[in-house]
Amino acid sequence: MGDVDTAPDVASRGREADAPRNSSVARFGAERPLKLDAGVELSPFQIAYKTYGTLNAERSNAVLICHALTGDHHVASPNPVTGKSGWWETMVGPGKPIDTERYFVICPNVLGACMGTSGPASTNPKTGKPWGLDFPVITIRDMVRAQAMLLDELGIDTLFSVAGGSMGGMQVLQWAASYPHRVFSALPIACATRHSAQNIAFHEVGRQAVMADPEWRHGRYFSEGTAPRRGLAVARMGAHITYLSDAALHRKFGRKFQDRENPTFSFDADFEVESYLRHQGSSFVERFDANSYLYLTRAMDYFDLAADYNGVVANAFRGAPTRFCVVSFTSDWLFPTPESRAIVHALNASGARVSFAEIVTDKGHDAFLLDEPELLAIVRGFLEGAAKARGLNNGK
Amino acid sequence: MLSRLKRDLTMAEAARAPGGARVDLALVADMVPPGSKVLDIGAGDGELLRILGEQRGVDGRGIEISREGVNECVAKGLAVIQGDADTDLADYPNDAFDFVILSQTLQATRHPRVVLEHMLRIGQNAVVSFPNFGHWKIRLQLFFGGHMPSTDNLPYAWWDSPNIHFCTIKDFRALCDVTGAKMERAVAFNAWGTPLRFNAPWWFWNLFGEQAVFLLSRRG
Repeated sequence: MGDVDTAPDVASRGREADAPRNSSVARFGAERPLKLDAGVELSPFQIAYKTYGTLNAERSNAVLICHALTGDHHVASPNPVTGKSGWWETMVGPGKPIDTERYFVICPNVLGACMGTSGPASTNPKTGKPWGLDFPVITIRDMVRAQAMLLDELGIDTLFSVAGGSMGGMQVLQWAASYPHRVFSALPIACATRHSAQNIAFHEVGRQAVMADPEWRHGRYFSEGTAPRRGLAVARMGAHITYLSDAALHRKFGRKFQDRENPTFSFDADFEVESYLRHQGSSFVERFDANSYLYLTRAMDYFDLAADYNGVVANAFRGAPTRFCVVSFTSDWLFPTPESRAIVHALNASGARVSFAEIVTDKGHDAFLLDEPELLAIVRGFLEGAAKARGLNNGK
Repeated sequence: MLSRLKRDLTMAEAARAPGGARVDLALVADMVPPGSKVLDIGAGDGELLRILGEQRGVDGRGIEISREGVNECVAKGLAVIQGDADTDLADYPNDAFDFVILSQTLQATRHPRVVLEHMLRIGQNAVVSFPNFGHWKIRLQLFFGGHMPSTDNLPYAWWDSPNIHFCTIKDFRALCDVTGAKMERAVAFNAWGTPLRFNAPWWFWNLFGEQAVFLLSRRG
């Protein structure tokens, strides 16, 4: 596992969860608890977020971006933990499809994550220690409910658009279902109305890898000074394969050896693809909390929009005034096109205004994060059409 | 005699709208009242939806089978989804639209009758435009040339043509009868895109109309 067994920087992880750098933080005190699907209230809690651009006088140009499982709110500016650029800079920024010179972009860190919004790595105010497994189990709907409270706090009634891919796309769908009149347009990308059995299965493998690590200590690794780095790295390695595709792996690595001419007849990382996955695993544990990984994968597993609407997804969108643009990718086998088509069928059945495009790429699920010119053109065109309908003028 | 006919045909084709623009679009758009809710089946590159939206304030949606067409439409800000007229119309609820348009696509569907029935279930009205296989040029090619006709509207060889259910104007009227569709309006136009005299008899339209546009409603 390479260098993953060096001592964890536990203190800095905790600091980022409680006092995130380069972020705005909204704090919700005892008077504003978050009611969770689990039947309990979370209070107090906080949401870390980033904003880009300027809210117009009519407060009508706000775009909410929902991040994916291991994403964060640093969507279009450097990540303070990794030092890398924002995760969606191809999509969001001045002159980009989600144009920050035109729209006021808000990206919150999701509930249960570890980058400044309350989650298992945050300090439990009752004990003064990290929450760990005492943090309540959360759902996609809880995340969206928390985001709606953030918008109330920011004085934004209606979003011009909500956009996101993967788990972010699930939040987009939940937004349109829970708050149809607060969402003018919605961009659910590479997602589904429910997590499939195969996807739950992959998540379970990831969680078992974390929990099988003796350093996990039933989630109390912060107080015990350990960190389940190997378990989390294995979870990430497995998950990362599901974000790519057979074709993309073959194109990138094939059967090439890593810095060697011949096999070593050992279990060293002979192949480039092994070395790549090990790197993915070890760099992930530097920026992500193992318990957060358990909570967020669980939230995705529980997501089933139809279940809240008598088993009929279309009921979730009945009479929705929202304009939808659904996008899928041909090589995405985690959220394959039939899942997006099911969203489209439901939206059609409910009479909603929907566009749907499938983009040809061999880059798999991760394609939504990459520089895919067709995706960028579609998002730009969709938002321009919506802006015209919303009466947003061009630029400032 | 045959070669001279062919030359005349070529000249007639050259006189058509420049760039091979679909001359039926304006006629189809003309049949849709401003502000209607419209579903365009076979939206192509979105030209009809664009015209309807910009010129008639129509709330338009589209279905298009080709991925390139869909992505072009969506990038233009049109509400178009990738789908197949033969399989996906069943997902739409009754009376979802005022008008359902099928332009130049009927002949490419596997089940034209089912498609037309769905159109009149989903929408109050249906607008269907199609190339008339009874047009004299087509009859001449088959009669004298002895081969499947090929024109600039229908340029395919028989073995790679997406058009599997050609019909004449007369044939289409028969389909309207069996599906219980009521003909509200019909226009046929010649190779130059000029509408034929409306009081011409059907046999005249069937012979000289290169394209036809029908406005249908449910027989109530």
